[in-house]
Amino acid sequence: MILTVNHVTTYGYGEPMGTAVQSLRLFPSRFEGQRVIDWQVSVEGGVRGGAFRDGAGDRVEGWSIRPPVEEVAITVSGQVETFDTSGVLRGHRESVHPMAYLRETVATWIDDALADLGAEAVAGASDELDRAHRLSRAVAEAIAYRPGATHAHTTAAEALAQGEGVCQDHAHALIAAARSVDLPARYVSGYLFASEDGSPHEAAHAWAEIWVKPVGWIGFDPANRCCPDERYIRLGSGLDAREAAPVRGVTQGAGEERMKVTVALHEVQQ
Amino acid sequence: MTEYFNEMFEGREVRPPYAGLDGWMREMPAQLRAMKQAEAEALFRRIGITFAVYGEGGDPDRLIPFDMFPRVFTQKEWRRLERGIKQRARALNAFLNDVYGRGEIVRAGRIPARLVYQNAAYERAVAGFVPPRGIYSHIVGVDLVRTGPDQFFVLEDNCRTPSGVSYMLENREIMMRMFPKLFRENRIEPVDGYPEALRRTLASVAPAKCESEPSIAILTPGHFNSAYYEHSFLADLMGVELVEGADLFVEGGFCWMRTTEGPKKLDVIYRRIDDAFLDPLCFRPDSMLGVPGLMDVYRSGGVTICSAPGAGVADDKAIYTFVPEMVRFYLGEEPLLENVPTWQCAKPDDLKYVLDHLPELVVKEVHGSGGYGMLVGPKATREQIETFRIKIEDNPHNYIAQPTLALSTTPTFVEEGVAPRHVDLRPYCLVGEKIELVPGGLTRVALTEGSLVVNSSQGGGVKDTWVLAE
Repeated sequence: MILTVNHVTTYGYGEPMGTAVQSLRLFPSRFEGQRVIDWQVSVEGGVRGGAFRDGAGDRVEGWSIRPPVEEVAITVSGQVETFDTSGVLRGHRESVHPMAYLRETVATWIDDALADLGAEAVAGASDELDRAHRLSRAVAEAIAYRPGATHAHTTAAEALAQGEGVCQDHAHALIAAARSVDLPARYVSGYLFASEDGSPHEAAHAWAEIWVKPVGWIGFDPANRCCPDERYIRLGSGLDAREAAPVRGVTQGAGEERMKVTVALHEVQQ
Repeated sequence: MTEYFNEMFEGREVRPPYAGLDGWMREMPAQLRAMKQAEAEALFRRIGITFAVYGEGGDPDRLIPFDMFPRVFTQKEWRRLERGIKQRARALNAFLNDVYGRGEIVRAGRIPARLVYQNAAYERAVAGFVPPRGIYSHIVGVDLVRTGPDQFFVLEDNCRTPSGVSYMLENREIMMRMFPKLFRENRIEPVDGYPEALRRTLASVAPAKCESEPSIAILTPGHFNSAYYEHSFLADLMGVELVEGADLFVEGGFCWMRTTEGPKKLDVIYRRIDDAFLDPLCFRPDSMLGVPGLMDVYRSGGVTICSAPGAGVADDKAIYTFVPEMVRFYLGEEPLLENVPTWQCAKPDDLKYVLDHLPELVVKEVHGSGGYGMLVGPKATREQIETFRIKIEDNPHNYIAQPTLALSTTPTFVEEGVAPRHVDLRPYCLVGEKIELVPGGLTRVALTEGSLVVNSSQGGGVKDTWVLAE
């Protein structure tokens, strides 16, 4: 599948602000599931800073904008050819030890309910892959997809208690449940091409990856009850949504920040 | 009763290193002594060297007590320590290079993976990044204690930003001012080369992108920090800038310092703030002390941060047990300095032993420092021991235990004259293009009779530390 992406993130402020600094993880991962045909990231009026590939294999780029800053607009446009690897992150170069992904964070804190969900889900599983699939299924059943039910800072435990949430909550809950049974897990941000079949979706998407021996990292998307396939574009990963965020930034000043995101994905007919 | 090694007296005999101090001690009239002590205090106050003590209330600008009686090592004793410390500093850096790279020591099964990768001080954000010259810990403070003429033990390693070196320099300065004759009569190795050696070390790890004389700064959390004096003192002596996070910004892949003449590029930052506060875009988002975007500049090779973010995984108290193993694994050598035997309360067998022997042991928090939150069994009341027992049982992973060591004593001026008091030693090993130590360090002394806790936060004092020239 060849997908084109147009993604614009705009931060508006009520008043002129000081310097804005950003760390962007907006570049498609390099692995067998995707091949970049063309990809451009730009920040209006910004200066490109240090760029590097981190230990998790993500390309990171720093940007800064000199004051006064009234608006920050980050534009991503590109074309990626994708392939179905059944969720397996094959051919991805990274150097972080999987065990570093057993660490808990505030958003993925394991409370009793998450630990119970994890333990019950894996009971009777035949192997690690089976455990991972069962966990993903259990999370999908425990948290119904309902946009607006949660907010950016909702934790996995809160979402589970509430029984509803969005892809971020599904991913957090799956990560926490997996770690509770000693499976390393991480948060992945990216895009999902929405087909016409009516299943729940958001073009800017998030899912989880679980370290499954002996295969390696495998993606699981509880929100869509599947593993990532050729409709997915993977950008970056982290211990939770905050760490894996495609855009992390700080703008100096007291103005109130309003964020607007538009993402459009199209399939190029061949 | 425990026999303690007295570094000056062997029975009635004076051990050779202290020969030059015997007469000085005997001939000093009580009145002169009191006068000199007052003079020393006035000098410390004037230069502003004070040490805030956390959690004790009282005067935050309290002076750390200075004892005028020097602590002395012979050249031969020092050479041995120096070799051992340098060996340890090399091994610790090799370990850091390894665990942020391929992790060979873990693959070889010599250190448990969990202890490294699930360690709170392990920074995933710098995995795969190799800092200039592969050095992570540029200033290694190795805390040593002595229990006999040739018995030294490493109590702990400090790989992040060990403090106290300003005392090493000031103690010497003040002793030389007050007792010039002593320094004419004894041949003592100088320590005043430290600031220049530190500057050289920092300059030697400038990033590859730096094409001119490296520009260096010390990054301090600010004047409310207990070691602020040391930050400004070192900046002054090295002739480099002292900056706070707000003085710096990133642009175009470099870190810049605001100056009255416009922005100036910084190549090396000797930071005296913790990893968590370095950059809100990478670590704690609520931190106001650091520089947004600094870690992106660091990881793309635009600036060097000393010590490297993530260096703390090497000086964790649970990792400490494995340092002799690191020496063997990376250097293929036998460790020259011994570790103190350590029980990990996380291990069930060790935990049982510790709980059964609390009155004999010293118990410490794995991530603690400064002598806070520790139990000194032999000095504790039954009630204190029982309170601690509950803490350990509640969270065994948080504690390690060691035997109570018979710390050596050196003569110390006390109310009644001169009396033996327990001491430790922290030399500062610099790791850059070269590995070097100035001959000396910080001697801390437990001023309370019988006390084995030398931390300044617990009422310890400091002494000038001499290494005699041959």
